Amino acid sequence: MTSPITTERVLLALVSIVFALMMLLFGFLFWFALPVFFNTETPVLSLIWQPEQGQYGILSMIAGSGLIGLMALTLAFPVAVGITGFCLFSRYQNIASWIRRMIRLMAGIPTVVYGLAAVFLLVPLLRETFRSCSGFCLLAAAVMVVLLILPVMVMMLDTHCRPLENQIRLASASMGFTDTQTVLYLVLPNSTKAMATAALLGFSRAIGDTILPLMLAGNAPQLTDSVFDSVRTLTAHIGLVLATENGSAAYNSLFAAGLLLLAMSVTVTLLIRKMEHAQFNARRGDAE
Amino acid sequence: MKARLFHLWCLSCTTGLVVCLTFFIGFIINRGVPALSLSLFFGDADPIKGLLGLEPIWDGIWPACVGTMTVVACALSLALLPGLATGIWLATSAASRFKTILALCIDILAGIPSILMGLFGFTLILFLRNWLLPSANTCLLLSALCLAMLIIPYLAVATRTALQALPASLEITALSLGMTRWQTLRVVLLPQASKGIIGGIMLAMGRAAEDTAVIMLTGAVANAGLPGGVFSRYEALPFTIFYYSAQYQSNSELQMAFGAALTLLCLTAAIFSIAGLLQRTPPWRS
Repeated sequence: MTSPITTERVLLALVSIVFALMMLLFGFLFWFALPVFFNTETPVLSLIWQPEQGQYGILSMIAGSGLIGLMALTLAFPVAVGITGFCLFSRYQNIASWIRRMIRLMAGIPTVVYGLAAVFLLVPLLRETFRSCSGFCLLAAAVMVVLLILPVMVMMLDTHCRPLENQIRLASASMGFTDTQTVLYLVLPNSTKAMATAALLGFSRAIGDTILPLMLAGNAPQLTDSVFDSVRTLTAHIGLVLATENGSAAYNSLFAAGLLLLAMSVTVTLLIRKMEHAQFNARRGDAE
Repeated sequence: MKARLFHLWCLSCTTGLVVCLTFFIGFIINRGVPALSLSLFFGDADPIKGLLGLEPIWDGIWPACVGTMTVVACALSLALLPGLATGIWLATSAASRFKTILALCIDILAGIPSILMGLFGFTLILFLRNWLLPSANTCLLLSALCLAMLIIPYLAVATRTALQALPASLEITALSLGMTRWQTLRVVLLPQASKGIIGGIMLAMGRAAEDTAVIMLTGAVANAGLPGGVFSRYEALPFTIFYYSAQYQSNSELQMAFGAALTLLCLTAAIFSIAGLLQRTPPWRS
């Protein structure tokens, strides 16, 4: 007679716990956030943030998040491609293995440590250089977020490009390509999908980070047209309001912000999965 | 010409990164090392008594160190079994619709910004306060639960990757020798994959130790002393750094922030290096 407690059942029970917890997470966020969007008296998707008059618009924070994400991405992407290229050059293989190790270590540096260093290095520098700004601005946050998302993007690109480079190195060398030319004309043009994935991943990380914008971006809820102005991001907004206020109506805007962030990250994950799927199918098509 | 420009760009990017990183880390080390001393950890209290919790520590970071360690340990003990089980199940079970959905969910969970886990914990407390327990408040256990949610995907993915890297013949042989599934798993598969799994656990610990956003929303405070139990508030290293860097009132408090930053940096660097050594391949080459 077999015991009713089999390995499969134990595993399945534990897996169900995980699944239930995840559903609880989504459920709670929706439960608290959806009424906010359907409330027409105090629209949450507006530009006006005036808690004294009961106006809790988070549109400027959406703009802030988007700006930081886009700026960090435009700054980080060329650099990430450059570093990946460097790691692929066969003439620098010894240094490249150290660079790889360094990047892996970079991924483990706590963001709050970056934040602390930036508050005392980058912010005074910006304040001295550009007289008009206080130092706590969009630019400072974006620059530090670049450091945060670089390792993710480089790792993603390198994972894809290294096997590719190994495959075509001999053939391209025999055709007379130098290693620079191999990387520039053969490897990189063939990894546009990986680049798109890396960019998406970097963007979602940049938007999802809390501590750096909270410490460096100045947190003024406003629209801006200059990189030296202070902005507030959705993540920083959540942290800030929860840390400073207690049981006020401002909570509603938090749940809306949370739901927006959730929707954004789920979309990015789904897009990345779809691209990986397409890539997998394409490769299988090639093999056949 | 184009190739030469590209070469130059690659070189300058890499050099720039190395210079930037050395600059930032050097700055932290430079400011943090002078602060490192017994009084950084224990303040004015007697070190031995402080260590044993006999004497309250007011201006030291030892309570924060203990708080971080406690919350990481709690989170890991909450997340370990479900995380490993999910990984094992994803690696060994037959394809089904639930499996596809679960794999997708784990992917989504891995991509969710950490502050949303904090917000989840906060909504949980609001819910409990309104419906079940009016006295519920943010506490260490809540932080641990939210951190556990954060690290479950890391555990699951590491376990799945480690198990899938094993040759399929191993499982088939073990089963054909008459072992039950449990024996196969416990005696053959898990020991073979242990390196990758332990690496994943270390990685998860590092993630839990460094995260600030979650604990900021779920119960970390600036002054709490040694954690008094799972239902009390506590201090944690990342939050101490954040707090003192924003609202330091004297130079000594700023020194404390730098000392704490250096401590945290060493802690996570050690954890991640061990994880990297154990998990030679997975995070880099798939």
